[in-house]
Amino acid sequence: MTASAHDSCAHCGHHHELRVERLTVRYHEVEALSDVSFSTSCGACVALIGPNGAGKSTLLKAVAGLQPIAGGGVLWRGTRVARWSHEIAYLPQRENVDWQFPITVRGVVRMGRFPQAGWWRPFSRHDDEAIDRAIAMMNLQALQDRQISQLSGGQQQRVFIARALAQEAHVLLLDEPFTGLDRNSKSALAETLRVIAEEGRLIIASHHDLDTVRDIYDEVLLLRRKTVAFGRVEEVFTPEKIERTFAEERGAA
Amino acid sequence: MIDWLLEPLDHAFNRRAVLAALLIGCTNGYASAFVVLRKSALKVGSLSHALLPGIALAILVVGLHDWSAFLGSLFAALIIGLGSLAVSRGSRLDQESALAILYTAAFSGGIILLRRLGVAQEMEDWLFGNIMGLRNSDLWTNFWISFVALGVLTALHRPLLMTLFDSDVAATLGVPVRALNYLLMAVLIVVLISSLQAVGCMLAIGLLVAPAATVYLLTDSTHAMFWGGALVGGLTSAIAVLAGWWLNIEQGPAIVLMLGGVFAMAFLLGPKYGLLARMTQSRKTTGKPPVASA
Repeated sequence: MTASAHDSCAHCGHHHELRVERLTVRYHEVEALSDVSFSTSCGACVALIGPNGAGKSTLLKAVAGLQPIAGGGVLWRGTRVARWSHEIAYLPQRENVDWQFPITVRGVVRMGRFPQAGWWRPFSRHDDEAIDRAIAMMNLQALQDRQISQLSGGQQQRVFIARALAQEAHVLLLDEPFTGLDRNSKSALAETLRVIAEEGRLIIASHHDLDTVRDIYDEVLLLRRKTVAFGRVEEVFTPEKIERTFAEERGAA
Repeated sequence: MIDWLLEPLDHAFNRRAVLAALLIGCTNGYASAFVVLRKSALKVGSLSHALLPGIALAILVVGLHDWSAFLGSLFAALIIGLGSLAVSRGSRLDQESALAILYTAAFSGGIILLRRLGVAQEMEDWLFGNIMGLRNSDLWTNFWISFVALGVLTALHRPLLMTLFDSDVAATLGVPVRALNYLLMAVLIVVLISSLQAVGCMLAIGLLVAPAATVYLLTDSTHAMFWGGALVGGLTSAIAVLAGWWLNIEQGPAIVLMLGGVFAMAFLLGPKYGLLARMTQSRKTTGKPPVASA
């Protein structure tokens, strides 16, 4: 365990719990999520699996506090997540990011210190140390002054994770982190996620490559607007349940 | 030669115009970084047309005073901006289409009204600017607008940049992105109005985009974009005002034309992202002249 883990749950006596209870999200009149419930805790690596439009991104945004909730709620460490918490980090899909934005790797990671530094206060030595640690953990020291478009896909994903670490997040919500990465970057990212989960952080990622789920994650939520199944990968990620998640809706009521 | 170059500064109205150009150019140049990063040049440009009926109405109601044109145009921009939002929310039309309808209608109304007011000779000033006609009081108005706008923008620099880079992530870090977006738009409109006397509402958007867009092609540093934009905007505008005097051309179009020229140079000759640099670079990496790739 590295010293940088002091801010995560690893050194606490117990594991923090994230509970999603009967979560319902509506876009206009259409239900994007209905009655979704599951609960997991720090140290786990959770895959969100489901067909397009199943509500994976919506669920991640709802947990991050970005999505108005029509019913139910999200409880983190026993308290309701009302709007935002620096303990919960959201990592958007890479294709939704403006990579031409004139900002360096370090600049992106530094944004993670906003909850601590606030609107005006100059970044303190403590902030700089947290930024340095996050950059070192993600192995980005040599790249920290690069503009972000001059990075590979895997490096870009690591920049986002570094920002979440600088933010001292306990929960990382990743939207399709493996999409568009080459083979080597994929296995490197899987290793990274394992390491930060073992430190005691909670990883929740939407994922669509069914072949790699068993290698990367230890829990899985099969989602199709409703919870199809949730549990340990070896128990829940079965051909029968996957089939049920992805089956065409044939005249379903 | 030097005498000839400095001759315009012998006249008080020229000194005032150069000072105003520096002030307006700097403010617009700084703010232009936000317009470029927000990718909202067309929206701001539409709103600049919407200012005209506000000016006409203000003149109609209270006459032409120091602040009446400013307040009238602010009011018009607010009505058109919020109106387009209301139309897009209340119908299946998107906001840009709604904005296009509203601002052209408003612009037409403004032209018709201005012609009827007996200030028709000033119409061209509102459309294309008349920086030589500035009075000392106008200079002070501009000074205060610049002071407040730059103050707000620099004070909120950190959360504003986070909002522009990724508003979802900014929101999860506790930045009030919606409020900041409205505030930024409001400040941009105020800055836009401050440039009316220099370049008029037809050309205002040029001054509120070109400076930082030029610097954007030269650097990856955010700070350089803001302060470089201010520098490019201020210096180019001031020199263009002088050039207008030397060459006997209208100052408003001279400013925007010269900004276009500076942008074109950055586009062609920029050391990193310029067209020439990229062509020689791709030739180096492929080992072939760029035309011979068939």
